[in-house]
Parts: sequence; C-alpha cells; structure tokens
Amino acid sequence: MSTVKLTVNGKAVAVEVEDRTLLVQLLREHLNLTGTHVGCDTSQCGACVVHMDGRAVKSCTMLAGQADGASITTIEGIAKGDELHPMQAAFRDNHGLQCGYCTPGMIMSAIDIVHRHGGQLDETTVRAELEGNICRCTGYHNIVKAVLDAAGRMKVSQAAE
Amino acid sequence: MGVEGIGARVVRKEDKRFITGKGRYVDDIKLTGMTHAHFVRSPHAHAKVKGIDSSAALKMPGVVAVLTGQQIVDDKVGNLICGWAITSKDGSPMKMGAWPAMAPETVRFVGQAVAVVIAESKNLARDAAEAVVVNYEELPAVADVHAAIKSGAPQLHPEAPGNQVYDWVIGDEGATDAAFAKAANVVKLDVTNNRLAPNAMEPRAAIADYDAAEEHFTLYTTSQNPHVARLVLSAFYNIAPEHKLRVIAPDVGGGFGSKIFIYPEEMVALWASKKVGRPVKWTGDRTEAFLTDAHGRDHVTHAEMAFDANNKITGLKVKTYANFGAYMSLFSSSVPTYLYATLLSGQYNIPAIHAEVVGVYTNTTPVDAYRGAGRPEASYLIERLMETAARQLKVDPAQLRRTNFITQFPHQTPVIMAYDTGDFNASLDAAMKAIDYAGFAGRKAKAKADGKLRGIGVSCYIEACGIAPSKAVGSLGAGVGLWESAEVRVNPVGTIEILTGSHSHGQGHETTFCQLVAERLGVPISQVSIVHGDTDKVQFGMGTYGSRSAAVGLTAILKAMEKMESKAKKIAAHALEASEADIVIENGEFKVTGTDKAIALPMVALAAYTAHNLPDGMEPGLKESAFYDPTNFTFPAGTYICELEVDPGTGKTSFVNFVAADDFGRLINPMIVEGQVHGGLVQGIGQALLEHAIYDANGQPVTASFMDYAMPRADDVPSFNLSHTTTLCPGNPLGIKGCGEAGAIGASAAVINAITDAIGKNNLEMPATPDRVWRTIHAA
Repeated sequence: MSTVKLTVNGKAVAVEVEDRTLLVQLLREHLNLTGTHVGCDTSQCGACVVHMDGRAVKSCTMLAGQADGASITTIEGIAKGDELHPMQAAFRDNHGLQCGYCTPGMIMSAIDIVHRHGGQLDETTVRAELEGNICRCTGYHNIVKAVLDAAGRMKVSQAAE
Repeated sequence: MGVEGIGARVVRKEDKRFITGKGRYVDDIKLTGMTHAHFVRSPHAHAKVKGIDSSAALKMPGVVAVLTGQQIVDDKVGNLICGWAITSKDGSPMKMGAWPAMAPETVRFVGQAVAVVIAESKNLARDAAEAVVVNYEELPAVADVHAAIKSGAPQLHPEAPGNQVYDWVIGDEGATDAAFAKAANVVKLDVTNNRLAPNAMEPRAAIADYDAAEEHFTLYTTSQNPHVARLVLSAFYNIAPEHKLRVIAPDVGGGFGSKIFIYPEEMVALWASKKVGRPVKWTGDRTEAFLTDAHGRDHVTHAEMAFDANNKITGLKVKTYANFGAYMSLFSSSVPTYLYATLLSGQYNIPAIHAEVVGVYTNTTPVDAYRGAGRPEASYLIERLMETAARQLKVDPAQLRRTNFITQFPHQTPVIMAYDTGDFNASLDAAMKAIDYAGFAGRKAKAKADGKLRGIGVSCYIEACGIAPSKAVGSLGAGVGLWESAEVRVNPVGTIEILTGSHSHGQGHETTFCQLVAERLGVPISQVSIVHGDTDKVQFGMGTYGSRSAAVGLTAILKAMEKMESKAKKIAAHALEASEADIVIENGEFKVTGTDKAIALPMVALAAYTAHNLPDGMEPGLKESAFYDPTNFTFPAGTYICELEVDPGTGKTSFVNFVAADDFGRLINPMIVEGQVHGGLVQGIGQALLEHAIYDANGQPVTASFMDYAMPRADDVPSFNLSHTTTLCPGNPLGIKGCGEAGAIGASAAVINAITDAIGKNNLEMPATPDRVWRTIHAA
C-alpha cells in the first residue's frame, strides 16, 4: 500500500492505494469520479482519457502512483459551475454523443487536440488525432463536427480572456 | 410542428449528464457490502471438465466463495433458452443442446465459464481466479461451418447429430426451379458474411442484490430490455418469481443487439448473491466481451438469380449455412430465418424465391442478433447479386435495379413480407443526384491518370422493422409477443411523466418521446420526463431492438396520450361549461374553439386530483396506459452510393464520397435520425473494410482485443451526405418506419460494390483489407 498525493479537479487529495492500482481505479473507485470510463484493457479505446498536468493521458494505462504530485483534471472538472466547457457544449449542440460512454474520454482528448493545434484544425487532422478514441455509436461524423465547432468557440473564449 | 414538436432538431435532454460525467452506468453503482465476481473461463474450445480444485483460491485473502457449474446445476438454476422455435423442412423441431450458465461437464467455446470467484475486490477476485485449478480433457474442436457438417467432424451436442440445428426452407421450390429452367441468364454468387463482434463501448456488467428477509432480488444490468430479462430469469431460469425480482437497466453504453440477451453472468450474479448473502458485482473486461457477447452475422451462402431476356428477375435460389457458435442464444434461431430470408426479395419484383438455411453448431462464441440481424446479410447478398448481374449482363447497375424495382404497393413478396409503401425510384434518384452519378466516368478517368483506381457502388436496401405484430411472429415460432406498452401520468401540478417499455441506450428517447408530448399538448419538453429501464416503475415492455422504439414504443405512448387527452377534455369541458367536442388543445391550454375561454393543463390536472368538481361518475386522477401491437412490420428503405479510390500499389481504400438517401417515414427528430444513420453506416463500413472475428481451425479466437480486431476509427471513415425521401408508413398513426439499423444494413454492399468496380474483379470477400484487395488486384 502507498499513499498517493495528487490534485484532482483543483482539490488536493491523498489516497491510500494498493501499489498496483491504476489511475482510473483511483478516480472511479476511491474518489467516486465515475465519469471516467474503462472500455478496453489495451489502451486502445480512450474512454479513460483524463488530463495530467494539462496533457491527455489514458488513465487505464498508468499506475496511480505515477500520478503522485500531479494535477489531474477529469470530465467532472472542466465546466465552470453551470457553465459548460466549450467542448462539452459543442458535443451537445452537434449531437456528438449517443450512448455517452466514450464521451468523457472523447471530450478530454478533443480539448487536448485543440490545445496542441492552437485552433488550427481541419477535418483530416481531427480524424487522425482521434485515432486513440473509439466510438461505436456516432460514426464519428458529429464528433468531428463538434471538435471543429469547439475549436472555434475555444479560440473566441481565449480571445475574450 | 412547434419548436420542440415532431420534426424539430431538438438538442438532447439526456446529454447534460453524459457530457459532465454524471451518467450512471452499472459499473458506476456501489452497494453497501458489495462483493466482486471474476469468472474462471475455459481456455479450450472443446473439453471435458474433469475436476475443479478451489482449495488454494479459497485460502487467498479476501475470497468469499468459489462457485462451480456443478453447484448451479445442483441448485436447479435453469439452462439458457432460445426463444424462437424453428421447424426444419422435414417437420422436425430444431435440435438444441443444453446450455448451463456455467459448464459442469463440457466446455464448448473458449471463454465459457466453469466457475466464479467472489471476493472483496475486483483485483482479489481476479487473483484468486488464477489459483483455481481446472482439470480439462481436451476434445477435438471445429470452428468452420463447412468443416462442422462434414462426416467425422467433432460433435458438439448429442441432441444435434451432425452439428445441425435445423435445415429450414422458405418459398416455392417448384416455381423457382421452373423460373430457372426458362431463364435467359443466370447469375451465380458465393458470399461470406463475416463474423462480427458487436463491441458496445460499455462492457456488459451486472450487480445482483438479494434481500433475504423479503426473498427479493434486485438486478442492475446492461440490458436493452430489462422487462424481458425479468420474465426470462423468472419463468425459465428459476431465479425468483417476477414479483420478487426487480431489474434495472440504468444508463447503458450502447447495445447493437448484444445487450438484448440474458447472459450467464447475470444469472450467476443473482444466484451467487443469494449464496453469499451479499451484493455481487461483475463487470466484464473487453476480452470477456469478445469471448462472451453474442457475435453477429457469420453466413456462408451460394445464390443464383434468374433473368429473362429483358433483364427482369424471374427467380432467386439461396442456400445459406449459418454459424450459431456453441449454443443457441436467445433469438439466434430467428436471425438467419425469419429476419433474413423474408427480406430476400430486396426492393425487387421477384416472382419466385426459394431459400434453404442450415443452422450449424461450432466451437465458437454463440451468434445472435447484431445491428440489423439477418437483414444486413440479406441486403448484402441481394445487392452483391444485382451488381454481379449488372456486370455480367453489361448494363448500368442503377438501371438494372430500376428495371426491377417494385413500384406498386402494397406488394406481397414470395417470402412472407407484404411491403406496405415505398418509393424506391425516389431514393435512388436522390442518391444518384447527390453523388453526381452521371459525372462518375469523368472522375474515374481523371483518377486513373493519377494512378488510382476509382469505383462507385450502389446499394438499394430494404428492411423489416417496427418488430413486430405479435400474432404474426407467434405463428412463426416466436416465444414472445412484440407489442409495446406505455403510461402517461399527468401530475397534479401539470408536469408529465411518460413511462415506456422501450429502453434508451443511445437512441435519445428522453428527447424524442418528449417531442411527441410537446407536439400534442404544446407544452415545453422541460415539463415532461421519460421513465424507463426499471421493472418496478414501468409495468412491462419488450425493449429496444429491431428499430422498433419509435414505430411501436412511441405509438404506444400516442395511444396512452389519446386516452389521457380524452379524459382531460371532459374535465376541461365540465369546468368551462362547454361541449367536449368543442375543446381543442393548444399551447398547454384546453380551449373552447372559437372563443377566448380556456383552462390551462395544470388546472385540469389539479381538478382531476382534487376531484372536487369532476363530471358525474368520473374517476379521479389523470393517468392512462396503453399497449400497442403493430399490424405489420414497417419497411424502411433507401439507396446508399459510395465512391472511393483504391491504391493499386497498396490495396488501400480511400473514400471520396458516401451518400445516403433513406425513407424512414416521418422523422421525429432529424438530428437524432442522422446520428443513427451515421453510426449504422460506420458499422456497415467496418464490416466491409475492417472487422472480422476470426477463429483458428481449433476454435481459438484470434481477435479478442482491440489490438487484434479492427474497430473503425475516426480516420478510417468519411463524413456522410444524407438526405431523406419520405413515404409515410400507413401501418402506424405517426407514419414512422424506424431508422436504427438502416446504415448497418445497406452500407457494406455499397462499399464492396465500389471496390470491385474500382479493381475490375467481382470476387472479393469482406473485410476488404488492403492485403486482400491487393492480392485480388494482382491475382492471375
């Protein structure tokens, strides 16, 4: 057993876990942040994507201990109170989700994509960048639309800040 | 249509919880004292279980129990059932082997459970499962249908000699033979419809909670039809009588058919919960999903189509071998028979059809309904045949289809179905226009100059949805009726709850069903909530599959609404001292037509519940329910055209354009309908290009993770160009046909027709991987 100290959605936490505990298990089972999902065992599907120190990571593919000292943001931590993150709003407005299971990971990956590309995105780039997130419902059409829409919204909201 | 009524592109009500991480899926639920299950599964495709030694596992930390297949048999938990009886051509009933929830004596596919470990945590259960020693005696196994029916093949079940479940026929063999005898041309085709793994993104899960004092079970499960699950668990598996079993299917992360069926894991969880006296949770991992979720498709077919000298189809002969895997799953028997062969007429006037379907056991994961269920297999076969015929007869493929389209409705096919309405020329026209079919030759020539092989492929699909008229399916062997139920509760404050037996696992019922209420009453959808997925709340229901929730489920809601409105109008007329016939409902008010007299819905509702001043003899309250049983299937149809390029150097396919023109009847929410089509198309494209659940000759699965099984990713597929050509369904009052499966039914033939057009060779099996395409291009 080890104590892992980290910041999750802005709150400092210390959690006593078995050494083999995965970051996703710490989030879901110890902190009850069940918005982060597990869809495969092989780091392929991306349902578990969270941000660690501002970068997208697959939380099923790292030990909780590897996040010691890090700042983790999950799907529960991106809205400002009642105000949705532009990516969340774009997924809703473009019908970028159906069953909702892949959605948290998609949104967290998509935010990271927009950050890395500085808002300079086209459909081909979005599709290539989403390679690590699998959706079985939407056929990706509206997810791609949502990411491109959000890229525009995020540029506008950045400009406003 | 109001801003939130029928036809409006209303943003989904359910989305907020999903985009903020507040969805509530089964694995998100924790109960006090909950234990965790991990199954011990067979690594062999076929073996005798000679003994199970749990002693080491039982000594491990946190282990509560190790339970085996023999114990579940001893406790008289029922075997899994198949709910649709099929009769072979010789009149004998289908031949089925027993399927216990955990195997006591013999395992017949890799992944079949033989024991379960119950422990204090998931990790501890998994650790202990590794320590359970199972002594297997390996038996010869068979995975391929043709190998399985050869004499001397390994035999799976003594009840089914030759591994044959049934040999079923449909249509008029004499008339079909006569048509072929007179044919000017005969087109022949051998087609394999590749086995697929459904792969809903949420793995299956179950939590069972037994209350010993009440002798009552609660099951949280990833189900498309919790009411049917309760019925089957009660009536056939002896878990508990229905009033002592509550089944809850909360948010469910996709189904595509795979979550229709009641699986061994939830049976075992229920049984184990009583045995250990604590709640038991099981959540499958992805490899367990590959090994145990019912697979889809897996047909091998030879077909021949007869044409007269005018290129009119005169007959169709089909022989299909359907691989059922090791056991007959809940609706498996109906898929290659009544859901497949009844659609073999496609969109075409075919005077004579004869089809024979042989159902075969193999040492593989059971096969059952997967998005489309039989109809994709039928559509793929017919549309590959039409393309093959066009090439052989040297006519334009779109024109050959047009020559043979059914244009008069209703149309009785030779294979049971009576198509009620449609306009197949309209959808073909719309798709050809959208893709600029006329300009294709020019584009192909230009691509050739760039070293690319460009192809175009047409697919004109039809499906039978709105499943289904209970009497009709009952006469064909179904064990259940396929109606739907609904209840409308107007609360005393005028808000409305709709209780439905349909289940939403991505389809957006919480929005579309509210849109019907908004349309009828003129109230905002924020005043309406949809209650589903809990057998303690909703009386009964048949669930969501077969594109039935709008055509059947929403019609049931409409029927209940009509009853409620009729009573509310009486109350309003009484309050307004007007004639009931003069009351109209607008903008949430009951108005006396032609006057300014009105009473708002909340006042009507309040009057119904205070009951101070109701018409004489009227019962208090404002709550009505209805059961709706459809009178016919519905027949969504359309045309998909795909244009793509093949790189002759690598065999890789790149999409240029993909257009879909669908006739779904009336659309409630076009945004949601388009989403359904997008998703279906990608499942169809996935089958055509990427996906294949493969077994080696010994029944070992080769594709049991996302590392091996090629799921469509965002960069594998194009964006789509969709349109709708509408003929309203005459079979239900809303004119709805259904849209959930169309994409998966029509897309794969369009892709393969386009690739084979591009490479100039007609024989190409799915999935058309670059390797396979390259080899086909360069084959002698």
